[in-house]
Amino acid sequence: MSQVTNFAGKIVAIPNNDIDTDQIIPARYLKVTDKAGLGAACFSDWRYNADGTPKADFVLNQPEHQGAAVLIGGHNFGCGSSREHAPWALIGAGFQAVISTYFADIFRNNSLKNGLLPVQVDEETHRQLISLAQEDPQTRVTVDLVTQTLTLPDGRQVTFPIDAFSKECLLKGVDQLGFLIDLDPAIVAYENDHAARVSLHG
Amino acid sequence: MNQVRLQTLFEKVWNKHLVQPGSEGMPAVLYIDLHLVHEVTSPQAFTVLRERGIKVRRPDRTLATMDHSTPTTPRGLDGLIPVTDMQAAAQLDVMRKNAADFGLELYDLGTINQGIVHVIGPEQGLTQPGMTIVCGDSHTSTHGAFGALAFGIGTSEVSHVLATQCLLQYRPKTMAVRVNGVLHPGVTAKDIILAIIAKIGIGGGTGYVFEYMGEALRRLSMEGRMTICNMSIEGGARAGMVAPDDTTFEYIAGRPYAPTGADWDRAVAEWRTLPTDDGATFDNEVVLNADELVPMITYGTNPGMGMAINATVPDPDRASDVSAKMALDKALKYMDLQPGQSLLGKAVDVVFIGSCTNSRIGDLREAAKIMRGRKVADGVRVMVVPGSQKVKAQAEAEGLDRVFKEAGAEWREAGCSMCIAMNGDQLAPGQYAVSTSNRNFEGRQGKGGRTFLASPLTAAATAIYGVISDPRLEIEVERA
Repeated sequence: MSQVTNFAGKIVAIPNNDIDTDQIIPARYLKVTDKAGLGAACFSDWRYNADGTPKADFVLNQPEHQGAAVLIGGHNFGCGSSREHAPWALIGAGFQAVISTYFADIFRNNSLKNGLLPVQVDEETHRQLISLAQEDPQTRVTVDLVTQTLTLPDGRQVTFPIDAFSKECLLKGVDQLGFLIDLDPAIVAYENDHAARVSLHG
Repeated sequence: MNQVRLQTLFEKVWNKHLVQPGSEGMPAVLYIDLHLVHEVTSPQAFTVLRERGIKVRRPDRTLATMDHSTPTTPRGLDGLIPVTDMQAAAQLDVMRKNAADFGLELYDLGTINQGIVHVIGPEQGLTQPGMTIVCGDSHTSTHGAFGALAFGIGTSEVSHVLATQCLLQYRPKTMAVRVNGVLHPGVTAKDIILAIIAKIGIGGGTGYVFEYMGEALRRLSMEGRMTICNMSIEGGARAGMVAPDDTTFEYIAGRPYAPTGADWDRAVAEWRTLPTDDGATFDNEVVLNADELVPMITYGTNPGMGMAINATVPDPDRASDVSAKMALDKALKYMDLQPGQSLLGKAVDVVFIGSCTNSRIGDLREAAKIMRGRKVADGVRVMVVPGSQKVKAQAEAEGLDRVFKEAGAEWREAGCSMCIAMNGDQLAPGQYAVSTSNRNFEGRQGKGGRTFLASPLTAAATAIYGVISDPRLEIEVERA
């Protein structure tokens, strides 16, 4: 996984509440066995007509919004299915951070493991950012993971929460599996103290 | 003074599985007793293991099946279920190869134990009280009905569990979901959970583990409890649990992986210590009265947009705030419904009875109770999809397949089918369906398809009349 530290980018708003992972990446795209090509299918049903042509009125298709690196959604972003294809698709579509007032638990976990930053902000900042993104497609924000701050176009800074462990992994660009593998002695000790009641091997 | 700290069911299971406790900013390391794997969310996790040269740590605690991308169409003359979608076929082959290479038990397509991952765990007796269970599927919460801590994980976490049998987790908060009173005839577990989600909203349980309790829960069968725990995630909670009791033990006894003899007695004695201690506290609580409930149905595009079946579609102009109004406006436009409209009498194109929410033998018996000796309405496609090959065999032994087929419904092979619409079973754009599944998101059952979530009884009554129907009238007919 590549390192995440700080970045500045254009922000685009899909202000709907409760954007579920079926919208981010519909199930019919989950028949892949790798992560390739998911970016093109991101928000597929909102983005394309039945004949595959782009819907001109959908924000991600509009020329002035191309190249956006930050997506702001409505409340409760990423609810529903546990599919990690959702952050994979968002990353494939060029996003480095998603902003909402709160995130569904599994989506937040999945995003943090892939370097897609879930940036949780208060409702007032949220409203303000959506307005800015809608009024001026060139609106840019800066995200700094080290200081956990989001800088708005007017220079105002708000902090966002992230757990210390995930932050450390993102800053170093290491995944969390290595940490668990290093815990082997503790896992062995646990297994020795807790016999399995169920075994698939008889 | 009481020296023993009072604990909830969740806390007991959580604490017992700590390889390493968490602290501020540092997640706990939680040991996983059972890992269920399916073809859709596992391939990229096995790739991680291959790239790093890691084995599966505990193949004896890992079970793979095929359910999401599998067709449910009838078997060919060779007795096999044909897979005509080449991409799905390739994905199933990858599952076979991964299971073979890493030494995992696999319930392959069409074999006697195959089925929806959340149906087969309990069916085999693998799902037991006090366990930690995970799967790359958000409806893993189903297994909480047994007093297990069970939740859905992403594919990165699937690789963590395959490699180490452990997960990094922050301790969630707890919410008591109390359902007092007794259900009226025709009102079911599905109606309870739809009512809970309508009350708290689809984000209401975010950050929590639910414990369902109260008289109505105690009276439910294990299948009813599974239906409720299954949809915990639709309220935002990763897990839902029910304290184990005699109903739980009776369900488990005699199943292939259930303990036997002296082991059984020891297991039950241990399971009896799991229920929440009297006086233990929760971070939050929600209360419902079962005797006030009627059959529920959703009208919108998320499971929180639900109402009593005899109520009318709400008015966006009366929504609590601008964003809620926008959401409701968009939902009603997608569903092509009007504020103030009643859904009773609304014509549907498809009725789907199945999914990890409602595809167990008890669900099929309920549907058959209404459909027996009757015909489905002209022009309505009715699909009955058993949750597993075992459920299918049991239903056929009871003659339920004949009830459905003689009524004009399709009796299909086991799988997720039209709940996820990635296997050939799907709605056409604009079609309306009453579905016993768990999600009515836009396009969930096929691009442009429109879903009303309801109980198997409501689905069966709707199948007979071709329009959304209140099952209580059918129950009364049956009793008269």
